[in-house]
Amino acid sequence: MATKLDAKVPGGPIEEKWDNHRFDMKLVNPANKRKFDIIVVGTGLAGASAAASLAELGYNVKSFCIHDSPRRAHSIAAQGGINAAKNYPNDGDSIYRLFYDTVKGGDFRSREANVYRLAQISNHIIDHCVALGVPFAREYGGLLSNRSFGGAQVSRTFYARGQTGQQLLLGAYSSLMRQVGLGKVRLYPRREMLDLVVVDGKARGITCRNLITGEIESHEGHAVVLATGGYGNIFFLSTNAKNSNVTASWRCHKKGALFANPCFTQIHPTCIPVSGDYQSKLTLMSESLRNDGRVWVPKQKGDKRSPQDIPNEDRDYYLERIYPSFGNLVPRDVASRQAKFRVDEGRGVGDTGVAVYLDFRDAIKRLGEEGIAEKYGNLFQMYEKITGENPYKVPMRIYPAVHYTMGGLWVDYNLMSTIPGLHVLGEANFSDHGANRLGASALMQGLADGYFVIPYTLGSYLASSKLEKVTTDHSAFKESRADVTARIDKLLHMKGSRTVDEFHRHLGKIMWDKVGMSRNAKGLKEAISEIQKLREEYWQDVHVSGEPTYKNEDLEKAGRVADFLELGELLALDALTREESCGGHFREEYQTPENEAKRDDEHFCFVSAWEHVSGAKSSWQLEKEPLEFEHVHLATRSYK
Amino acid sequence: MEHGSKNKLNLKLKVWRQNGPKEPGHFMDYEAKDISTDMSFLEMLDVMNNDLIRQGKTPVEFDHDCREGICGACSLVINGNPHGPQLGTTTCQLHMRHFKNGDVIYIEPFVAHSFSVVRDLVVDRSAFDRIQQAGGFISANTGNAQDANALPVNKTDSDAAFDAATCIGCGACVAACKNASASLFVGAKIAHLARLPQGQPERDRRALAMVAQMDAEGFGSCTNTSACSAACPKEISVDVIAQMNRDYLCAVAKEPKHKALTESP
Repeated sequence: MATKLDAKVPGGPIEEKWDNHRFDMKLVNPANKRKFDIIVVGTGLAGASAAASLAELGYNVKSFCIHDSPRRAHSIAAQGGINAAKNYPNDGDSIYRLFYDTVKGGDFRSREANVYRLAQISNHIIDHCVALGVPFAREYGGLLSNRSFGGAQVSRTFYARGQTGQQLLLGAYSSLMRQVGLGKVRLYPRREMLDLVVVDGKARGITCRNLITGEIESHEGHAVVLATGGYGNIFFLSTNAKNSNVTASWRCHKKGALFANPCFTQIHPTCIPVSGDYQSKLTLMSESLRNDGRVWVPKQKGDKRSPQDIPNEDRDYYLERIYPSFGNLVPRDVASRQAKFRVDEGRGVGDTGVAVYLDFRDAIKRLGEEGIAEKYGNLFQMYEKITGENPYKVPMRIYPAVHYTMGGLWVDYNLMSTIPGLHVLGEANFSDHGANRLGASALMQGLADGYFVIPYTLGSYLASSKLEKVTTDHSAFKESRADVTARIDKLLHMKGSRTVDEFHRHLGKIMWDKVGMSRNAKGLKEAISEIQKLREEYWQDVHVSGEPTYKNEDLEKAGRVADFLELGELLALDALTREESCGGHFREEYQTPENEAKRDDEHFCFVSAWEHVSGAKSSWQLEKEPLEFEHVHLATRSYK
Repeated sequence: MEHGSKNKLNLKLKVWRQNGPKEPGHFMDYEAKDISTDMSFLEMLDVMNNDLIRQGKTPVEFDHDCREGICGACSLVINGNPHGPQLGTTTCQLHMRHFKNGDVIYIEPFVAHSFSVVRDLVVDRSAFDRIQQAGGFISANTGNAQDANALPVNKTDSDAAFDAATCIGCGACVAACKNASASLFVGAKIAHLARLPQGQPERDRRALAMVAQMDAEGFGSCTNTSACSAACPKEISVDVIAQMNRDYLCAVAKEPKHKALTESP
């Protein structure tokens, strides 16, 4: 397969690739590091760890975030845990097994070399976080505790109650704050990146809006590191924070960075179901709950008894029935689809019938309420606050919701996009999770990229590139500022009849109905034309309130929704083009008789990387990066 | 309360509006109609804002993000209580089932000398970041840390550290305190790290530097009334303030050995 994408995967045995590569890469001598300015956009796990680690090495870092403080980035909301191949429980884990599980869990659509490196680095992450004072759960002997997550038969997940993301982010944030105090990082909070500035073909800066004053600012640097998260909010309702958006990535895409596998979206099986049309977001109930909670629906359709009154013989513990070896701990894509099937069969529960039970009755009998509270107390509390029901007494009602996006900007082994100098980390890139991410692997990847990959690969880029001095007076910066300003003016001057939220909800409904948990060619084609139409209407009929010169959330949202309206089309196009089912991408036309995803390795064993082309009939052109599996042999995933 | 109940509320809202830190502010009256009791407080404000936009008026600015009670972005003083009347709950997790039809609800920003109003209900809490920069960290560069299990930590200590580490940095403690003291916030970080073996080498220096920065930012002294802990959505105990005071006193007692350290950045 011919391609212009060069993944730059180093040669040699997979176990030695990263070590050899680290030796082969060029270094920047310590005295020269301070001559380089690095722009890091985003302060979640990937961005904060990258900014802190690069500053520790001596680079001058400019760190940007849309929040009032870097500590608010959405990594903070990750609940369950972080994987590592420590094998502390002595249950057979190893770097190779974590690598194997992740490739298999991703349904053979990720790059083997990247995943192997991730598994290798996983252990260093735990060591480093403990050194930073992250209070992971411990046993009475003082050693670290582990629990299980979906898609694995070993206990390799480190956790801090149900707040692992918070504790890891605060660890990375503390390192970042230390570097700010030392003067090596300059912090730019409440800034939204609205454009990438490319000079002589290289990423040399960004244009951003000061969200307080409305000022359009230019910032130059020798390289740009993007760590701006995923695009799950395209569905309007998702577990993402309200400010999470695709704009920074999308602006880079429009400047030439290829966007990979946009249709690989993860629908998380255990979220609190939608309760009304006013709903602003969905709340995750951590996958870790499936360690002790059992998922079920009544055997009979329309069984209206309250769950406590339904005896065991009338309950269908369907995950345990269909997948006896993994049971409730099957991967997310599998658990989500099975929940949808039960609801489609008419066996859903609750007022809306669009939910299944996650029941702790048996675990409470075994461990007592206190034992459960110790492990999941904050999650149970959160559930009760939102639903008004006590999950110690009645089973939780859960249903799948959009949670994570495996797709993102295409990057090579060095985490560099197709624009030289633009590096992309964490959820914003596409690299390690293939078509489905395993639980507790997002935190692992974000920190691996930021703490342990980019400090090496960025240095090599700087040492081997010729980077002329540029200033923000350069015409590329001026043009970018003008483009950004014109776009803001246009949004504010339409004064149409519909609010930004109304358009966003409409887009979300198209996406969920036709590009959601299951997809088919007819629906995807409809989605594409409906999105095109909605986008046209948006640029005529949206009403954005206020002025550009002060804190104006309506204007912030308007720019983001405009970009989601473009991404939506690409996402549907990618789903339409990928004529197979794999991981989170389920095409109804391609399934086994047991309703499992049916991959087509002969025709689709590649990464779809889309190039934006302006002026053409279709706005995108497909490039393919072929995937080769030398170690984990292509096989049908089975969790039975 | 039954889930999915069809209960609807009509409410009178008195919302603080202010164009900027130096502009005068005032309460404006709004009505929120047909509010479902299953809505969150912020969803109720979303509905109000969308109505305002449709009427061609300027919506009310407020900070929010995760809406799961963990990011610490949301704030609001609701009927005089930071994060509203429910204990241990952020505004985003406060649901309308805790209000009655016809209620009048006053909504104000987290006001404090060190938190200036940015616009409407949005305040500037960057002082918290500067306190963290002064010493809220363990100085461990990324690299080859020793094996995580090489240093066992007593579970009691670890749990106590965790209890302090759950602080979300929202600032409710400051808004609740009549002295606008940041002691609970600062104490939480000092206690988190002081309760772990990894935090010991910098323990004195951390207490001195963070307390000095807290004072420099203009936060008041602790009143010992525990209003902070009562307002804290993570229910952090005032024990952390005792820990801060003890660590600070111990560090001061060792002066002038540490004097130089507090003067360095």
